[in-house]
Amino acid sequence: MAHAAARPKGSVSDVREHPSMTMRDRISGALGRRLVIGTPFLWLLIFFLVPFGIVFLVSLGAPEFGVPPYSPAFEWDGGVPRFVGSFDNYIFLTEDDLYWIAYLGSVKIALGATLLCLLVAYPMAYMIARAEPGMRNILLMLVILPFWTSSLLRIYALMGMLRQGGFINSALMGLGITDAPIQMMQTDFAVYLTIVFTYLPLMVLPLYSTLEKLDGSLLEAAADLGANSFQTFWTVTLPLSLPGILAGCLLVFIPAVGEFVIPDLMGAQDSPMIGNVLWGEFTRNRDWPVASAVAIAMLALLVIPFMLLRNTSALRD
Amino acid sequence: MRWVMLILALAGFALLYVPLLILVIYSFNASQLVSVWGGWSTRWYVELWSNEAILDAAFVSLQVAVLSATIGTAFGTLIGYVLSRFGGFRLRTVFTAMATAPIVMPEVVTGLSLLLLFISMEQLIGWPAGRSVTTIVIAHATFGMAFVAVVIQTRLAGFDRSIEEAARDLGARQPQIFLGITLPVIAPALISGWLLAFTLSLDDLVIASFVSGQGSSTLPMVIYSKVRLGVSPDVNALGTIVIAAVALGLFLAAWIMRRGDAKRKREEARAMAGQ
Repeated sequence: MAHAAARPKGSVSDVREHPSMTMRDRISGALGRRLVIGTPFLWLLIFFLVPFGIVFLVSLGAPEFGVPPYSPAFEWDGGVPRFVGSFDNYIFLTEDDLYWIAYLGSVKIALGATLLCLLVAYPMAYMIARAEPGMRNILLMLVILPFWTSSLLRIYALMGMLRQGGFINSALMGLGITDAPIQMMQTDFAVYLTIVFTYLPLMVLPLYSTLEKLDGSLLEAAADLGANSFQTFWTVTLPLSLPGILAGCLLVFIPAVGEFVIPDLMGAQDSPMIGNVLWGEFTRNRDWPVASAVAIAMLALLVIPFMLLRNTSALRD
Repeated sequence: MRWVMLILALAGFALLYVPLLILVIYSFNASQLVSVWGGWSTRWYVELWSNEAILDAAFVSLQVAVLSATIGTAFGTLIGYVLSRFGGFRLRTVFTAMATAPIVMPEVVTGLSLLLLFISMEQLIGWPAGRSVTTIVIAHATFGMAFVAVVIQTRLAGFDRSIEEAARDLGARQPQIFLGITLPVIAPALISGWLLAFTLSLDDLVIASFVSGQGSSTLPMVIYSKVRLGVSPDVNALGTIVIAAVALGLFLAAWIMRRGDAKRKREEARAMAGQ
């Protein structure tokens, strides 16, 4: 690493230019380099960037009865494309409260669930980082295992706990604590709990990796200076684990905002999240242009701010 | 402080595992009703095994996962290599953005955009004809490669560049260096990248729902429609099998890694003694 750091900036180009290289090597090297960059570039261009262009074009069209069920934003007029679309769908999004409520509701739920997830995950990561090496590996495995199983099956397992005739209600009624089953499914509570349950491993792992690197001598120094364990935690451990906290929160928050399965299975039907609104526009209403406009709005309000923020994040861990 | 943390941590682990434990126990419940314990039985496993829809979907899912993880690993490795070794080039910013954005893209947005792409492509060039396993593989490979690229890039960043440079000084050409040195060194990252892409593909419901067609329902799609309709005890059995398979896989991986470590330590000790 020190070696790499000592080299002048931009000298990575010596991958291409080395004194021993002949002219032929250089030409074939340049060609190979283009191929290595070009192949994945082409794939991403076709299957990632172009689709968003199409979504944007569809969002400018109008719904229509037919296959596909929308009118194009451009018409061919003697070989020249003529713009016939409009931004009506975007104006519609701002006029109908449903979309704002769903979007802000999604952000609120994702934010709340992310904080709850952090509260549950932090003690876990803390204890794992402080465990004996053998025990630590076992605990880490226990965190990773649910992540590798199917999230849908895990949500189903949680439904088995929460439903009317489910485990919790049976237990509560069996013990005589309640007379009638408590309604837990189709509530915001169920959505929060399920997001925490589903995304917990994604929060624990980055927290663990920062807490593990924490220099133990700092904690000893704090103790020597007379700090009690709570003060040490609050003034040393917690501030030093901020990168992990940020990384974990982003890993949970971003997918949680666009979550579809959890609110669909666990949430109340009258307060859908934005992902469900998009899905509903697309499937039930068959309004592809509005669904596309919702997608572009999600991109603009969620993904692009995140991509701009990314340099400060520790997602690379 | 320590005790508070310990109790909270135990509560966290309980949250992760109690639902799974209940699922496993109830997969052996003879009764159809979830709330009633009807004695131990394996009837849901038998029923699962004779459920054609689930078996077909499992086959589709495995096929999609293997193909998409393989394509995703091949392209993801190239992307990771380009990002960590090629320095600056034209359009690098676009390349980086496209390579990492699929990770943070909401699934509904990715699914919708790919479906609209496939429909447009079919209109323009007649391929892909309808939605099938092919379209799901393309969709899964695209987000899989973004995750593989991150894994590979991280591995390459932590790997001693001087070995590659030494090979170059000795006259090896770029492809030789890549195949002879870089690839063997990052092999473990290739395996974990492939496994990650494979798992993400098996796990995906939303994107597959957009881009699948008649006869190409994946396992999560079939489970989802069963779960929406209410309690289905054979899903408990399926869940138990998945949990057991993952636990076994993780156990084997840990065992192999430990053996590799022990072997390396022995070799190091021998090398030290020889000097």
